[in-house]
Amino acid sequence: MDRRSILKIAGTISAAVAATAAFPRIVFAAYSQKAFKNPSVEDSLNQLFGSNATTPSDDIKLKAPDIAENGAVVPIEVSTSMKADQIAFMVKENPNPLAIVANIPAGTEAMVKTRVRMGKTTQVTAVVSSNGKLYTASKEVKVTIGGCGG
Amino acid sequence: MSSIRIKAKERNGSVDVKTLMKHNMETGLRKKKDGSKIPEHWITDVTAESGGKTVFTAAFNTSISKDPYLAFKFAGNKGDTLKISWKDNTGKTDSAETAVK
Repeated sequence: MDRRSILKIAGTISAAVAATAAFPRIVFAAYSQKAFKNPSVEDSLNQLFGSNATTPSDDIKLKAPDIAENGAVVPIEVSTSMKADQIAFMVKENPNPLAIVANIPAGTEAMVKTRVRMGKTTQVTAVVSSNGKLYTASKEVKVTIGGCGG
Repeated sequence: MSSIRIKAKERNGSVDVKTLMKHNMETGLRKKKDGSKIPEHWITDVTAESGGKTVFTAAFNTSISKDPYLAFKFAGNKGDTLKISWKDNTGKTDSAETAVK
């Protein structure tokens, strides 16, 4: 191999490395299997945000029922006054805790409302990513009938 | 008919979007009578676009309820078109469009 082609290869490799470094989150934009199919809350956060250091915050409003009669349909609402980039929602003792990740582009309000399944009585957590930091709000929801099938 | 129902209403420059998608959202944990597992089948990604811009995206897990409901708000005006589309783990997609009221 002559010198020229070696340089060419080296150039391609460094370009590829630079591309991955510049867009570490692009992987997440597609479906991140590792974050979703993960039995641990901490691991899921690591896969999603690259960190699991969270701070509880009063600026996050988490609306969920105290008692959910039907675990198959538990309405939840997460909103915050912070400038949020992403909002995630976790159900601690589900087989896979991470339920939803919402991306909030500029101009969209930091609010998401949906319905989730809950296997049993457990803590639910809203995670808000704002300026590279993670903030959380949690609540205990009692479930009368579980909704994960089985 | 599309599997997506959308309601989008503008108020004070903010569009309130409510949407219902018809989908089984199989968790892969349920079993048939013979004990074999029903394979998982769920919506993985939802995207909302308006005026050529992506205004909201979400990634779902199997723990989102059957026939998912999703609500969010974005800055927009009356008459804007809003397009919502989903993709599931088998690669199936569907989309629907509506005008903001």
